[in-house]
Amino acid sequence: MRPGTPGILWTVVRRDLLLALRRKSEVLTSLFFFVIVVSLFPLGIGPEMSLLRIIAPGVLWVAALLAAMLSLNRLFATDHADGTLEQMLLAPAPLGLLVTGKIIAHWLVAGLPLVLIAPLLGLQYDLAPHALGVLMLSLLIGTPLLSLLGAIGAALTLGVRGGGVLLSLLTLPLYIPALIFGAGAVEADISGLGATGHLSLLAALLALSAFFAPWAATAALRVALE
Amino acid sequence: MQNKIIHWFKYGSPQSFYPLAGKMLPWFVTLAVIFGSAGLWLGFFVAPTDAVQGEGYRIIFVHVAASWMSMFLYLVMAFWAGLGLALNTRLSSMMASAVAPTGALMAFISLWTGALWGKPMWGTWWVWDARLTSELILLFLYLGFLALQAAIDEPRRADKAGAILALVGVVNVPIIYFSVTWWNTLHQGASVSLTKSPSMAVTMLWGMLLMALCFWMYSIAMTLMRVRVIILERERTSEWVKHAVA
Amino acid sequence: MQWHSIGEFFAMGGYALYVWGSFGVTALVLVIEPLLLRKRRNDALDSLRRERSADERNSG
Repeated sequence: MRPGTPGILWTVVRRDLLLALRRKSEVLTSLFFFVIVVSLFPLGIGPEMSLLRIIAPGVLWVAALLAAMLSLNRLFATDHADGTLEQMLLAPAPLGLLVTGKIIAHWLVAGLPLVLIAPLLGLQYDLAPHALGVLMLSLLIGTPLLSLLGAIGAALTLGVRGGGVLLSLLTLPLYIPALIFGAGAVEADISGLGATGHLSLLAALLALSAFFAPWAATAALRVALE
Repeated sequence: MQNKIIHWFKYGSPQSFYPLAGKMLPWFVTLAVIFGSAGLWLGFFVAPTDAVQGEGYRIIFVHVAASWMSMFLYLVMAFWAGLGLALNTRLSSMMASAVAPTGALMAFISLWTGALWGKPMWGTWWVWDARLTSELILLFLYLGFLALQAAIDEPRRADKAGAILALVGVVNVPIIYFSVTWWNTLHQGASVSLTKSPSMAVTMLWGMLLMALCFWMYSIAMTLMRVRVIILERERTSEWVKHAVA
Repeated sequence: MQWHSIGEFFAMGGYALYVWGSFGVTALVLVIEPLLLRKRRNDALDSLRRERSADERNSG
């Protein structure tokens, strides 16, 4: 019996999560990176609370971008190294579906922890409870977007020399709209303008990239494995 | 192999395009020089002094032309890259690679002149206004494309990977531009604009147009020159290149 | 014509540094690019010629 679409997705996601569980240190590294980058800013700028409150949305979002990017080169590289990716290419299931599964797993491992720990870091910057909620919501919509767009870069740089630096050069410009609307949502909430506009634009971007990004990443993966 | 043989006889094969590009090159160089001289003459000797910005506004004659070309060339690059990906034609992909460095240079010129214009007008070398910021991101996109192609040794893989990146970029450029404009208006946009001068004289517009035409012709000439070198480098093992060298 | 002397033209109403800085660097870039391309072309042709003469020596 052949499994349906949800079955295939679930299999890929579960496999990647199991693999991530076996290499906990790698998962924790990007989370720790997020925490330490956010904590470094007050040390560089000074403990002035009024200033920290202003820069908090930008700092948290930029740190989230970098942390999400840090874990991207593992998205396909380990499977490429042990030949699993070649098998996936030959598998009867469509490659796009497998790639989607891997992106979902990447978000669960690298994106969701950032969302969960962000309010704790927001407290360091004295954000109001409501702003913390908006911060979490913006990251909840934004981090899947980072995984989706990052997958394209990860697939393009697969097995390329200097892949890590190249990956950041390719993906960071594409992350800019996510940064603007994500950080903007929190800023708008703090200044009392309401974050709905920013959040709905962020959600629109997520919908758009959920449709196109797996497709582009799959095409890039085929090129890389040719 | 079959595929390759069919393309060999196509009109747009590198073999037939190489001499054609060589014949077109002097024409575009001549046109660039003519448009450039006319534009500079209009810009420096006919266009009047601006009421608000004095003589400093004359920077727009290069700034606007370079900005337009940098955006236009990205579209051209994505077009050739997409065509190369869809039809699997080598020449289209070579055209995409040939356009990219000139586009990046145009983005650089736009940023450089924008900074030199900003210093006397705004008092700082760099202003985070929507245009300059988008231009900077456009430069990053160009550099990403160039870096990706440079990092991949196998030309066909470099073509295809670059094409996917260029297409992803071209979808993102309007989104980035929109988001940067949105961000800029929320954070109090700049009050003086380089192109929205209230006293824009007709001669200024003509000067800008002629300079843009000059840059356009220059870009075509550079693309033709570069595509010829790329053809030589990539087709080095084929018989016709060996004959062409002799 | 709004320039009364050559000095006035080069002074650009006090904006000399900015105007000539813009036009100068642009001109420099537009000259260097074709020169670099010509060098790249000559390098490619040179290596092709070397290959060719090596081939001829081997076969002849």
